[in-house]
Amino acid sequence: MRSAVIVFPGSNCDRDLAVALAAVTGAKPTMVWHRDSELPAGTEFIGIPGGFSYGDYLRSGAMAARSPIMAAVTVAAARGVPVIGICNGFQVLTEAGLLPGALMRNAGLNFVCRSVPLKVETSQSLFTAGYDQGEEIAFPVAHHDGNYQADEATLDRLEGEGRVALRYLDEVNGSARRIAGILNDAGNVLGLMPHPERAFEPAHGATDGRRLFEGLIEQVAA
Amino acid sequence: MKARVFVTLKNGVLDPQGKAIHHALDGLGFSGVNDVRAGKLIELDLAEGTSEADIEAMCRKLLANTVIENFRIERVETVA
Repeated sequence: MRSAVIVFPGSNCDRDLAVALAAVTGAKPTMVWHRDSELPAGTEFIGIPGGFSYGDYLRSGAMAARSPIMAAVTVAAARGVPVIGICNGFQVLTEAGLLPGALMRNAGLNFVCRSVPLKVETSQSLFTAGYDQGEEIAFPVAHHDGNYQADEATLDRLEGEGRVALRYLDEVNGSARRIAGILNDAGNVLGLMPHPERAFEPAHGATDGRRLFEGLIEQVAA
Repeated sequence: MKARVFVTLKNGVLDPQGKAIHHALDGLGFSGVNDVRAGKLIELDLAEGTSEADIEAMCRKLLANTVIENFRIERVETVA
C-alpha cells in the first residue's frame, strides 16, 4: 500500500507514524512536505502526524490546515482515500473542515501525557475493524488542546451515525461526551487525540495501536 | 490603514483560560469579578483601500475559527 505522511514544521510524530506504516505495509511511506501541493501519484493512505505544527500559533492546527498540501489532502479525502489525523493531525483536520467541531484547551489547563483507557465505540470502520465493538484498549495521549467540542446537534449526529470511533473511559481533558476520536460522514477520515503509533510494539509497553494499522491495511486491501 | 480584529470565544463555549484568570484574580483579592473571558487581538497593517469584505474573508478563512469563535473588526484610520 502506498502511503504518505504529511510533515509540517513542528511535526514530531511523523517518523513514529512512518515506522508504524512501514511495519504494516511493508513499504516506507513517502514523507510529504507541507509546501508541496501534490501527493505522490497513487497514494492510498494519508497520515497527518502529531506534533506542534507552526508552533501552535494562532490555534493548534490552524496554520497547517491552510498549507498548500492540505488542499491536495482534501481532494484525496473527497475521493475516498483514507486519512488518519493523530493528535495535532486531528486538530489540523478539524481546522481544515474535514471533521466537525474543534479541539480546545484541556479543561484542566494541564498538558496531559499518559496512557489512557479507551472504548472502541464502533468496529464498523476502516480504522477500527481490527477491534471488537466495545473493546477496551489503551493508547498514550500527549496534548494540551484535546478538549473536543461541537454543538449539541453535531454531537448527536456523530453519536447517531456511529461516527464516534473512540471514547475515553475516564475524564481526560473535558471533551464533550468524552469523545477521543471521530469519523467523517463517509467514514474514510479519522481524527483522534490518542497515539496508536506510540502503542505499536512491545518496547512501547503496549501494542493496542498496532491493530488499528493492521485492520486498516486489511480493509484497504479488501 | 490599520485594522484590529478581536477574536472571542462564542457564548456558551467553555473558556478554561478565562476561568484560570478569574481564579487568579480571586486569589489576589479582587472579589468583584463575575466572569472572565480571554480572547485575542490581532492588528493588521493593510494596503490603503483594503475592503471590509477582504478583512472579513481573512477572519473567516484564518484569523477566527467560527466553530467556536466570534470576531469583530475595528478599522483604525492612520494619520499620514
